[in-house]
Amino acid sequence: MALGQPILPLEVRDLMVEIGGRRVLDRVSLTIAGQGTTVVLGPNGAGKSVLLRTLHGLVKPVAGEMRWNGRPFGPDVLSRQALVFQRPLLLRRSVVGNLVFALRPRGLARGERQRRLAAILARFALEALADRPARGLSGGEQQRVALARALVLEPELLLLDEPTASLDPAATLVIEDLLRRTAAEGTHLLLVTHDVAQARRLADRVIFLHGGRVLEEAPASVFFTRPATREAFLCLAGELPT
Amino acid sequence: MDELTTAFVGAAALILGADPALLEIVALSLLVSLSAVTIAALLGLPLGAVLAALRFPGRRVMIVAVNALMGLPPVVVGLFIYLLLSNSGPLGALGLLYTPSAMVIAQTVLVMPIVVALAHELLSSLHEEYDELFRSLGLRPAAVLATLLWEGRFGLVTVLLAGFGRAIAEVGAVMIVGGNIAHLTRVMTTAIALETAKGEIAQALALGLVLLVLAFTVNLLVALFRQAAMRLAYG
Repeated sequence: MALGQPILPLEVRDLMVEIGGRRVLDRVSLTIAGQGTTVVLGPNGAGKSVLLRTLHGLVKPVAGEMRWNGRPFGPDVLSRQALVFQRPLLLRRSVVGNLVFALRPRGLARGERQRRLAAILARFALEALADRPARGLSGGEQQRVALARALVLEPELLLLDEPTASLDPAATLVIEDLLRRTAAEGTHLLLVTHDVAQARRLADRVIFLHGGRVLEEAPASVFFTRPATREAFLCLAGELPT
Repeated sequence: MDELTTAFVGAAALILGADPALLEIVALSLLVSLSAVTIAALLGLPLGAVLAALRFPGRRVMIVAVNALMGLPPVVVGLFIYLLLSNSGPLGALGLLYTPSAMVIAQTVLVMPIVVALAHELLSSLHEEYDELFRSLGLRPAAVLATLLWEGRFGLVTVLLAGFGRAIAEVGAVMIVGGNIAHLTRVMTTAIALETAKGEIAQALALGLVLLVLAFTVNLLVALFRQAAMRLAYG
């Protein structure tokens, strides 16, 4: 594991974010603790991605508080997180080159770097693709590399922004399977999605976001069987038949 | 038409005969313009990356200025460098006027804005795409600049070609600061201007054709190199 203090539990109090004068997050309060998968669910435009980016330091809140195990956000907190974007955002180099690129700012010893690379390539079944140009891979393979690039950092908290939104069902299943294993190995996942079916498959806890506000924060079993708000009920009821 | 035919025959004779006077002029043209492009690349590509990736006061003004300078008239640049390098000028003591070095300086000044402006344009879109990833991974500014230049390498080759095109085709600046001295500062374009002035239209046209072939060959070689590199190196 990386050096430094754990960053969980995370306590967020009355977080406000404005973008271009528009309030995108409105007095958001939530807690993320322990292990497992927390899904941030909500319709398009609810502020899910902005919430994720704010927790990652990419967006500055105008008010409110984030306490990472008691500390404010800073480089040490960032270094214990990793973010997987909706698009893979791979660089024009080999698969292993992309992984090395992510590790380089961490300044690890050469031996440790090699150990992590070998481990992640094996775990993600990427050995055969290691020397292939990353941007020549299929969409599903590229997102698998993007996930490997995040996990080679051995984060305590993995943030995922609709990571399967542009993938076909088969590729989605591969990614979800890897996510389940990652969560089981002790990394906390914070997954943003508007896909209710995916939330059902992966969530241990659900944070339901609507119009920039947290309307519900509940264990998955409770949220999916007895949603407490009309908005959540409609969101679940509006689920497309599978 | 008759002159055109004579020109083609003359050009063929010059090229096939490997006329030593021609070779000398071609070599100097290439040396001066490639030197200018190299210097402009070493200075201009990093500057383009800085303008694309970093936010600092004066950045917008610099971008506007660089874009405007792309249209610098070569004659004006030549005159300006002439004043700097002439005996009574601030850099007169260096004794560079009417030397190939002066020509390199003038062409570097002409090529720099093109390299900076086009590199900025190209790297800005790359930076927009990767900015959040770089911040997520905690990259330092120097690493961001290096990464942008490396990711943009194939497009930047085209940027340098545009700069080379400007340099090799330019006549006004090298004429003023070089003086078109035979065996010393005579390049393709100044030789063409001279032959035209003398009324040797066919000879001028022949040299013009050689210049076209030269520019075309350089572009072709770079294009082939770029294609091969992209295939090999993860385009």
